[in-house]
Amino acid sequence: MIVKRKKLNLWERLYLPAMIGGFKVTLRHFFKKKVTLQYPEEKWVVPEGYRGAPYLVRDQDGNTKCVSCQLCEFVCPPKAIRIMPPGPAGPVADRPNAEKIPLEFEINMLRCIFCGFCQEVCPEEAIFLMSDYSLTGRSRQEMIYDKEKLLALGGEHAGIQKWKKKAEEAGAQESFPVKI
Amino acid sequence: MTPSQTIAAPPPDKIKVKVDGREVEVPRTVPDPITGKPIPTTMIQACAAANVDVPHYCYHPKLPVAGNCRMCLVEFGTPALGPDRRLVMNPDGTPKMAKSPRPAIACATPISPGMEIYTSTPAVKQMREGVLEFLLINHPLDCPICDEAGECKLQEYSVEYGKAESRFIEPKVHKPKAVDLGPRIVLDDERCILCTRCIRFTRDIAGDDALGIVNRGSYSTLTAYPGRQFDNNYTLNTVDICPVGALTSKDFRFQMRVWFLKETRSICTSCATGCNITVGSREGRIYRYEPRENDAVNACWMCDYGRLNYKWIHREDRLTQVQSPKSRVQGRPATWAGALAEISELLARAPQGSVAIIASARQTNEELYLLKKLADKLGAATDSIPRSGEGDRLLLNADRNPNAQGARLTGICSADMGGRIAEMARAIEKGAVRTLVVFGEDVVKHGLGAGLLGKLETLIVSDILPNETTKLAHYLLPGCAHVEKRGTFTNAKGRVQKFMKAIEPRGDARPEWEFLHELVSRVTGQQGDANLEGLFNRMAKEVPAFNGLAWAGLGNTGVTVSL
Repeated sequence: MIVKRKKLNLWERLYLPAMIGGFKVTLRHFFKKKVTLQYPEEKWVVPEGYRGAPYLVRDQDGNTKCVSCQLCEFVCPPKAIRIMPPGPAGPVADRPNAEKIPLEFEINMLRCIFCGFCQEVCPEEAIFLMSDYSLTGRSRQEMIYDKEKLLALGGEHAGIQKWKKKAEEAGAQESFPVKI
Repeated sequence: MTPSQTIAAPPPDKIKVKVDGREVEVPRTVPDPITGKPIPTTMIQACAAANVDVPHYCYHPKLPVAGNCRMCLVEFGTPALGPDRRLVMNPDGTPKMAKSPRPAIACATPISPGMEIYTSTPAVKQMREGVLEFLLINHPLDCPICDEAGECKLQEYSVEYGKAESRFIEPKVHKPKAVDLGPRIVLDDERCILCTRCIRFTRDIAGDDALGIVNRGSYSTLTAYPGRQFDNNYTLNTVDICPVGALTSKDFRFQMRVWFLKETRSICTSCATGCNITVGSREGRIYRYEPRENDAVNACWMCDYGRLNYKWIHREDRLTQVQSPKSRVQGRPATWAGALAEISELLARAPQGSVAIIASARQTNEELYLLKKLADKLGAATDSIPRSGEGDRLLLNADRNPNAQGARLTGICSADMGGRIAEMARAIEKGAVRTLVVFGEDVVKHGLGAGLLGKLETLIVSDILPNETTKLAHYLLPGCAHVEKRGTFTNAKGRVQKFMKAIEPRGDARPEWEFLHELVSRVTGQQGDANLEGLFNRMAKEVPAFNGLAWAGLGNTGVTVSL
């Protein structure tokens, strides 16, 4: 199909009015509030609910919340999470009733796509996507965050301590009818 | 194991019943799982015949019926009889049904002719929901740390019939956790739903009445007899049949979540029974063996000895490099191509009768067949090493070689396995045998001492783990564990069963049948089959005992040949 070019009228052919119109827009923005951030000197305020890097958290008593159920490892689409379960002779959980704690927990931040499935699937509220969005490292190995690093970065997250509650409930129970 | 086979089959009496409107014909009686005597067929068996799944916890097809979990409640009706004791008919000519006013447990209610079983009515659904709610009252809901999670019946039925939230607001009864029942079992009493499958198994199948329930009501607790350990050789089967995570294996405890495990059909190699197993592996590591149902061999069970005998596969000192005299001088591993070329040239040049072959009855039928072929070409004497231990009346065979019958049927050894070793030793002593081929056996321990092996011109050894014989070998060919290759074994009763590959071999190790095939082709000059299916089918043609077999025809449970 051939589109006929529209003939310009006199006003349009004058050219200057259009130029002046353009300058006006520019001039208006000179006096407006500036939106450009001087990154990285100036940092962006991360909004609440932002999905940044996933980190492990501790409960209000400073205990590791993760029980190594490996659901996040299973659900992780880019397979960024690797968990080594403790096995029968592994470390004892920080919380006496929780029985299980990961021997090692690694997140490959180069693989992580910040989708938040791990946080969603976690039955223990032990992993959260936090506000960190710019992760750097000097080697691939450095970008694989281990358990210690993830726990240090994640900080504390208070909440219902279900294992502690269970232990207390069991302790408050009258002594079991027959000792086995 | 299957007494039903020894006792006369029940009369071919069939009953027609309807399950959810579909008519099925089932035998009037079935053999009792323990005694083999005919007992009436139950509704749950009729439902299974109609491919209708009835949820259940305490019922197990290989155990006596207990009927205590109430999960399999169904509604049913029987044909109505008039005052004249004759069937009452509907206007459309079908028999009128007298629906039972109360439900019945499908696992313990015998069927009768013309019975109709309803498993999908709203009432049945409500009953299942009710039963499940009761079972969950004191359940700790600690799935994140429970080893059963992923294969737990309580989880599965909770998805189908459970409520999202509990209506129970009172504190739960807390029972003992992590109870040490025996050397291989940890019990979590809180998770137990008191189905008594483990009690019935250990009493009626294993013959060790070690478990029982003490206390009453919601305090009912599974426990071992006071002061006794639950330590018979079949304890880990209770972990398999436990529908929840109450009984857990110490070996598998907190090792890996079950949904990550790749399941491979295999055969246990710890004795001549040849129990069918499922190998659970993830990323090249074996995590567990579980029995796989085969009524002709092991039903649903296997012994703890065989189940835990897998750790050697991951030993650090596995043989992973090919070695030849030249490579030892150069101080670096040889290549398969180079070593096989040298060995085949050496064997082809060897005078008739100057070679002897010691094969292992832990090798597969195909490998033994190839070795026999090699021996026939070279006029070599062959034998194998017997391996025995204490057997029991259930599954553990006194013969600890998984393929002793295969070695006999392929002609590697006579009925008296190991009978020719002394003769071979004399021949080596005299210098008549100058080349010895050893597969998978430490012959230094079995009558061919290091001094004797030193007299040989060439010692060709293939093995998986290092031992005294591999240290003396001129040519060392690293082989594979059975989970790293495919093949077939012939069990003590002559059942030829195949096993599949679960993980990759370590290092340079290769399946023995692969390099034996190359070696035999070069020495004999005949082109064989370079794939296992073809090799098995060729063996079936050439070895009289295996005539008529085909790889594809073996199925998952094997075929019995006459011995």
